[in-house]
Amino acid sequence: MTTTLPDERGHFGEFGGQYVPETLMPALIELEAAYHAAMEDPEFHRELDALLKDYVGRPSPLTYAERLSAEVGCKVYLKREDLNHTGAHKINAVLAQGLLARRMGKKRIIAETGAGQHGVATATVCALFGLDCIVYMGAEDVRRQAINVLKMKVLGAEVRTVQSGSRTLKDATNEAIRDWVTNVRDTYYIIGSVVGPHPYPAMVRDFQSIIGIEARAQMLAVEGRLPTIAVACVGGGSNAMGLFYPLLEDNVRLIGVEAAGEGLAKKHAATLSAGRPGVLHGARSYLLQDQWGQVMEAHSISAGLDYPGVGPEHSWLKVSERAEYAAVTDDEALDALQKLSRLEGIIPALESSHAIAHVLKMRGTVSPDDLIVVNLSGRGDKDMQTVATALGVEI
Amino acid sequence: MTDRLEEMFARTRAEGRPALIPFLPAGWPELNDTVRLVEAAIEGGADAVEIGLPFSDPLGDGPVNQVAYEQAIKAGCNTETVFAAVAELRARGVRAPLLVMGYFNPVLAYGVNRFVEAAARAGVDGFIIVDLPPQEAAELEVPAREAGLHMVYLLAPTSTDDRIRLVAEHASGFIYCVSVVGITGARTEVSAELPEFIARVRARTDLPLAVGFGISAREHVAAVGKLADAAVVGSAFVRTIADATAPGRPDAVRAFVEEISGREPAPRS
Repeated sequence: MTTTLPDERGHFGEFGGQYVPETLMPALIELEAAYHAAMEDPEFHRELDALLKDYVGRPSPLTYAERLSAEVGCKVYLKREDLNHTGAHKINAVLAQGLLARRMGKKRIIAETGAGQHGVATATVCALFGLDCIVYMGAEDVRRQAINVLKMKVLGAEVRTVQSGSRTLKDATNEAIRDWVTNVRDTYYIIGSVVGPHPYPAMVRDFQSIIGIEARAQMLAVEGRLPTIAVACVGGGSNAMGLFYPLLEDNVRLIGVEAAGEGLAKKHAATLSAGRPGVLHGARSYLLQDQWGQVMEAHSISAGLDYPGVGPEHSWLKVSERAEYAAVTDDEALDALQKLSRLEGIIPALESSHAIAHVLKMRGTVSPDDLIVVNLSGRGDKDMQTVATALGVEI
Repeated sequence: MTDRLEEMFARTRAEGRPALIPFLPAGWPELNDTVRLVEAAIEGGADAVEIGLPFSDPLGDGPVNQVAYEQAIKAGCNTETVFAAVAELRARGVRAPLLVMGYFNPVLAYGVNRFVEAAARAGVDGFIIVDLPPQEAAELEVPAREAGLHMVYLLAPTSTDDRIRLVAEHASGFIYCVSVVGITGARTEVSAELPEFIARVRARTDLPLAVGFGISAREHVAAVGKLADAAVVGSAFVRTIADATAPGRPDAVRAFVEEISGREPAPRS
C-alpha cells in the first residue's frame, strides 16, 4: 500500500483531480504552492504545534473503554477527538488552514458546514486570527443545529443560510464554491473534509493525520503493539483519513463506517457502499447519483454524514481494497450513542456513534486478541435536540 | 462536412459584427420547449445556440440558471432529451452551430464515448463543460476530436499566461472567455478589466474568442464586438423566457435576440 498518493496532478488512482471552473485553477495552483512551502517551513510547524497543544489541547487522550470492551469481546480504545477545543476533530485542519490563509495574506475566510462543527471550528479560528468569516449552511442543517448556528454568530461569523437543492451540506458546498469563484482573489476557502479539488483532499488529510500519528504512538506505549483494527465514521471522511493514513503501511484492518440512514434500500448517505464513481465539488469519487448523473439527496440522522459524496482517497482505498466500508442505520447509531453514554460516561456525536455502532456489531466476529481503536471524532452535546426528537422527549 | 462554427465565424467576421450566441437550458421552461425556442432565437438573429444539459449541482452558475436546471430535471429532462432536441432541429433544417454546455458528471454517467457518439449523431457541434479544465479532459477531448466535435474551454480574468497557453493548445472552435471573476448572471456593466484580459488571450491564440457571463444588453454586445468574435448571452436570455407566458415565449425570445443583437432599434421606454 502506498502513502505517496496523490500523484502530481492530485489523482488517487482514477479518483481525485481538479474538476473546477477555470476561474479557480490559478487559486488551486497558488494554494498548492503555499501549502508545500508551509510544510517545508519549520516556523509553520512550530506555530501549528504550539497552537494544537495550547489552544486545542492536544494530544487528545486514548481512552481504554473497559465496559465497551466487555460487550465487544476484545479491547477497545477510543481516540478522544471529542475532547478537542470546539468538540470535534475539525479544529485540527481548520487551525492549520487558518495559519496558511494568514501566510497567504488572505483576510476573508469562507467555509461550508453540515453539522456545524466545521463552521464553529472555522469561526473559532477566524476569531483567534482576526479574519473575516462567512459560513454557508443548508437551511435544513440550520434548523437541526441551532446551537451551533448561535455559536458561530457569537464567535463573530456571518452564517449564510442556503435554500437551494436539498438545503444540506451539498448545497452549502455549492454556495461556498460560488462565493470562492466570485471572490477568489482575496478569499481563502477552508474546506472541512478530505473532499474538493486537489490539493484539498491531501492537505486536509495531512493536517488530520495528527489523529493517527498520536493514536499509533499511544497504542504502542500502552499495549506495546499496534491496533489490529481501526474504525472511524465516514461522511466526507476527514476523521477517518486522519486515523487511517498513518496506519496505511501497517498490518491494521481499516474500517470506514457510512450512514445507512433509513436503510440502503431507502434514504441513506452510504456513498461508498451504494454509489458509483462520478464528479462532484471538484473531484472524481464515489457519488450517490441517478442513472443520468444527477446527484441524489443524501439522508442521515447525523448532519455531518449527510453528504452524497466522499473524499477521493476513500474511493481509492475501497477499490484498492486497503480499507473496508460498512454502513449503519440511524436507529443503530442512536442506540450506540445511548449505549456508549451508559457504558463509558461519554456522549458521542451522532457521527461518531456510527463507528461505535459498527464496533458493537463486530461482537462475535473478533478474537480476544484483537485490539480496536475507534475514532471518537466528536462529542454529542450538539445532537441532544435531534436525540430528543428521535426519542420523543420534549425539552 | 463543412465545419458549422468555422462557417459562422467567417460570415460574422465578413459582416464586421460579433456572433451572438444565446444560452438556453434544455427541457425548460417545459420539457418540449427547446426546439421552438432555439428556432425562435435563430429567427431573431442568433448565430449559434448553447444548449444547457441540466445538472443538479451547477456550481459555476448563478441562481437564474440553477433554478431553470432544477425545473428541467424535475420535468424529466435528461441527456437523451437534449440529443433528441438537437436531432429534431437538424431534421427541421437548422444549420446554426449547436453546442452542448454543462457539467461533467452527466457525461460520465452516460458513458463518455457513448455521449460523444450520440452527440455527433444528433448534430451537435461541440461541448463546453464548465468543470472540465483541459488537464482533466483527455477522456472526452480525444473521442470528441475523432468525431469532429469541438472542445470549447473557458478562460477567466484570473487565468495566468500558463493557463491561457494550456487552454489554447487544447481548445478548438473558439475559446470562451468569462468576462468576470464570478458565476453566471446578468450584470449592469461589462467588466473594466475585460480589454486587458482579452488582449492577453488574443496574443496567445488565433482561435475565435467568445465573451460571456454578465452580457445582458445590446451595449454589452456592441462593446464585446470591439474586442472579440462572439458574445454569449445567458442569464438575461433565460430570465426573458422565465418572464414570458407559455404561448408568448417564442415571440419573447425573438424580440429579445433582435433587440440585443442590434438588428432592431431598441424599443422606446
